[in-house]
Amino acid sequence: MMRGLVLALLTFCATLPARAEEVVLGLSKDEVAITASFNGSDILIFGAVLREEPIPSGSQLGVVITVAGPSTPVTVRRKERRYGIWINTDAVDVDRAPSYYAVASSGPLREVLSNIEDLRYRITVPRAIRSVGAPMTILDSAAFTRALIRIRGNMGLYQVLEENVVVDQQTLFRTSIQLPSAVTEGGYVTRIFLTRNGKVVSQYQTTIEVRKVGLERWLFALSRNQPLLYGLMSIAIAIAAGWGASAGFALLRR
Amino acid sequence: MQIYLPIAEVSVNAFLLLGLGGLVGLLSGMFGVGGGFLMTPLLFFIGIPPAVAVATGANQIVASSFSGVLAHFRRRTVDLRMGTVLLIGGLIGAAAGVAVFNYLRSIGQVDLMVRLCYVVFLGIIGTLMFVESLAALRRSSSGAKPKRKKHGLVHKMPFKMRFRVSGLYISVIPPLLVGLSVGVLAAIMGVGGGFIMVPAMIYILGMPTKVVIGTSLFQIIFVAAFTTMLHATTNYTVDVVLAVLLLVGGVVGAQIGTNIGLRMKAEQLRVLLALLVMIVCGKLALELLLEPSELYSVAPPVNQ
Repeated sequence: MMRGLVLALLTFCATLPARAEEVVLGLSKDEVAITASFNGSDILIFGAVLREEPIPSGSQLGVVITVAGPSTPVTVRRKERRYGIWINTDAVDVDRAPSYYAVASSGPLREVLSNIEDLRYRITVPRAIRSVGAPMTILDSAAFTRALIRIRGNMGLYQVLEENVVVDQQTLFRTSIQLPSAVTEGGYVTRIFLTRNGKVVSQYQTTIEVRKVGLERWLFALSRNQPLLYGLMSIAIAIAAGWGASAGFALLRR
Repeated sequence: MQIYLPIAEVSVNAFLLLGLGGLVGLLSGMFGVGGGFLMTPLLFFIGIPPAVAVATGANQIVASSFSGVLAHFRRRTVDLRMGTVLLIGGLIGAAAGVAVFNYLRSIGQVDLMVRLCYVVFLGIIGTLMFVESLAALRRSSSGAKPKRKKHGLVHKMPFKMRFRVSGLYISVIPPLLVGLSVGVLAAIMGVGGGFIMVPAMIYILGMPTKVVIGTSLFQIIFVAAFTTMLHATTNYTVDVVLAVLLLVGGVVGAQIGTNIGLRMKAEQLRVLLALLVMIVCGKLALELLLEPSELYSVAPPVNQ
């Protein structure tokens, strides 16, 4: 299947108007299934640079790969000491923050990507988060965004993997990206940027589907679509377990 | 063995959950309490989101109290009439409690409120129980008789009702109020409320000790089931996989705990339970007073 995909990509690329460098991409999996025993997953992203012309001289090829989970609004709260105890006081609503975001690059990001290109394509983690405005009362709203990046970074949800993309002969590249166990469902947009002198010369985009499957899928769907039925089922299980335990141990004691 | 919880959306060790359920079950069997007041903080500690911990805790209490009440029915130590009055208060209280819970969640103070409730109630009850049981221990060693119950305010209110099993003829207002306040706390704290209900029944309502636990368990089943339904339909936070793992460990632990409890003296048990309650309270109080290592927290916004 993978070979077919690559072949399809090749023919697709061939029909495009000739550009200097194009990406041909492969993924170790384009679907991640969250099963009951799901404990994170590694995704191998690899590909090649397709050229009509010889390798441009005078500049080094840079590869930047990003994987972004579905974006949702979040609220970041800060604790402060009031009346002797620590309570949540200020809050900033971030309009859209990806639930997962990994950016991997072939060299230090500052070298392979210019600031302008980062702004245009929203590549680095702070750029991938969209925060329009904080309430007027909060002067240091940037601290809240930094806290969001720090907290999700510690959970393995935001990853910056500089010099993690291996580039061979300016043509073949590969990297491995880790999804932690606490990921959410959805389409994970995977983007590959080829850069020269910090400028993006080519980009390619695909989606990795992360889905709960089997029992996990069924239970989650039931809890959202039929909450009444789900609640009754939970109670029925609890009653049955309670009765079963009582009856079972009564039998044992006899 | 890691297991992914579909609603909590985290992956945790299944044996850890079984062990946790077993430990809490052991203690609840020994002391005759639901164990929710230990379970919910422990679930916070292993990284289950607070909203899921509270809602799933309620579901797990249904199982443990149903298992317990069957034993009390066999011994005829359940006052159904009193249980029903408490229950009416409890259901109203639980509905109000879930509304309060959702409001607190919208302003980001649910964590604080749950912790404060724990500190205040565990602190008061732990201390009272500790003092009372130490006094009882001294009394039992000196051989003096306990005092007879007095006629107080409870006997002066209107709407009197006869509770045969408890041997009481009192107004329905105090049991309704007790049920109501325990219901509110049960919904906010994710507990059955046995640790508040039991002292309230003994000291406020003056019920005989032998029917207290059975009656408390009887009404807790319904309040906890009702709370589970409310959380499941309004917040979608009941994780049935988590509940099953906890209650499998819990029911086994409870049976072992009951056997240990039978070999110990009631006063000694109460002193131990009081100490346990005060330890949990102290730990939660410290977390409120000391500066946390991370001042910021991230939460999904409330859809309203």
